[in-house]
Amino acid sequence: MLLNGIQIDDTFAEAFNMRGTRVIITAQNLKWAYHAANAMTGFATSVIGCGVEAGIEREMTAEETPDGRPGVSILMFAMGSKVLMQQLETRMGQCILTCPTAAAFAGIESEDMISLGKHLRYFGDGFQTSKLIAGKRYWRIPVMDGEFLTEETTGMVRTIGGGNFLILATSQPAALAAAETAIEAMKLLPNVIMPFPGGVVRSGSKVGSKYKTMFASTNDAFCPTLKGVTNSELSPEIESVMEIVIDGLTFDDIALSMKAGIEAICALGTNSGVKRISAGNYGGKLGPHLFKLHDILKSSGL
Amino acid sequence: MSALTFTLKQKLQQSINCSALTPDNLVGKTAAEIGSIKLISGKHQLTVADIFDINGNDTQQLCFNNASAGLDYIGANMASGNITIEGDTGAYLGSGMKSGDIHCKGNSAAFAASSMRGGLLTIDGNTGDFLGAGAEGSRKGMLGGTVIVKGNAGDRAGDQMRRGLILIEGNAGDYCGSRMIAGTIGVLGNLGVYTAFNMHRGTLLLKEQPQLHATIQDCGTHTLPFLNLLFKSFSKYNTRFSTLNSLRVQRFVGDTAYSGNGEILILST
Repeated sequence: MLLNGIQIDDTFAEAFNMRGTRVIITAQNLKWAYHAANAMTGFATSVIGCGVEAGIEREMTAEETPDGRPGVSILMFAMGSKVLMQQLETRMGQCILTCPTAAAFAGIESEDMISLGKHLRYFGDGFQTSKLIAGKRYWRIPVMDGEFLTEETTGMVRTIGGGNFLILATSQPAALAAAETAIEAMKLLPNVIMPFPGGVVRSGSKVGSKYKTMFASTNDAFCPTLKGVTNSELSPEIESVMEIVIDGLTFDDIALSMKAGIEAICALGTNSGVKRISAGNYGGKLGPHLFKLHDILKSSGL
Repeated sequence: MSALTFTLKQKLQQSINCSALTPDNLVGKTAAEIGSIKLISGKHQLTVADIFDINGNDTQQLCFNNASAGLDYIGANMASGNITIEGDTGAYLGSGMKSGDIHCKGNSAAFAASSMRGGLLTIDGNTGDFLGAGAEGSRKGMLGGTVIVKGNAGDRAGDQMRRGLILIEGNAGDYCGSRMIAGTIGVLGNLGVYTAFNMHRGTLLLKEQPQLHATIQDCGTHTLPFLNLLFKSFSKYNTRFSTLNSLRVQRFVGDTAYSGNGEILILST
């Protein structure tokens, strides 16, 4: 399949089930909401080493947030509910409680409600105050800048992680520029995050390794410097490959995001240096959700 | 269907316990069945038809016309529907109410909303003592729901209140928020003495600073973002509280004689 001269491989991205949550972080202004959200979603690129994958979903205006201050919503994903709960509490305590003027609220409703500030309240040492407002319980914890305000719980939902596509280009700058274009388009869509630095990952992995202790290792088939010594997927003109990984609340959210990203790249044309779009296909070893590139691009509205 | 209307026939010699006349109790009953329901008046039993003219048939919408202070326990323990009262009511209006909506267009006597658990009670006039307190024999006051009083409230409003919201647009008497365990009381007018006496937790949101006793401690003036959440929750009600928007308050904490962590917030003008 060719889209504006760029080849779209007949392959699929393979994704897996995750547990996710959304938290709304507000502050005195957007600058401090971002400080809090960046800390909360820091070191959260991959569950392989970070426990969770997290990122900023979008900015929120003062009219949209529960406490009438500007904020951002973040999404956080983990492989299981236990890890998600642990990571959420730890990150709330170290990143939101500590950040000047920041407050945290539930960003999603669910039958499974997990602790947001429920246990953090004990930091108040008996001076904490609970308020039940319009059916929701909040905690006010006295801190040195005034009061830390947090909702007691937030919803945990079943989600999907690991949607992805690969950008194959004739140079490293060309691959990165195309990836940036895709990320800009994908950031406009709700319910998804691209958890890697700047939304882009350069060290795509395959399942398994020659070393017994490693369960993931470099995706040598897509490493341009190994073209001659491995079973390479790359043609001679490809010099650099970038991957974009997407976690989302539903299959359709991820598919729409992938479609937006790939179409934004293809709109650049072949002069951009991009030659092919492929995806991380692990032959069914990784997960049950298959995002077929051709199907996603052919569908109009999902 | 028109609202099921009970029009009081004559001036009452003794108060009547109207707790049987709630939407939940009347659902599915015919006019004859409703008319034969026994109501207690002092040591006598009277039927509904002895006391009221009955019109209409919608048991989810009740109306008391020509109501007077002799009608006690209107809407007590109700769990659904609406009750409108044209006139005054006696004691225990909406006592133990779980859900639904009561609108009293006149005044009510003592113990309105006592041990209330949910729903909305609006009193256009004044109300007596022990608004939202514990009903007889109860160690806890109001447990949930919202009460809006457009006029004044008597003494001991919110006594031992455990949860919920009381909004008094007029004045409140002595001992407002006494022995309060949690919840929120707002008062736009003046208060009597010993406000928050033995208060444990909860919030008193006041427009005017009352004379406070020695064991209520001043913690200074602050901007509290949580008030935004509270004000937003007021906006769905027809009350002057929905116009509040200042997050700047002077915070008093007490009652320290009771190791209390309750707060009195005085809104800055």
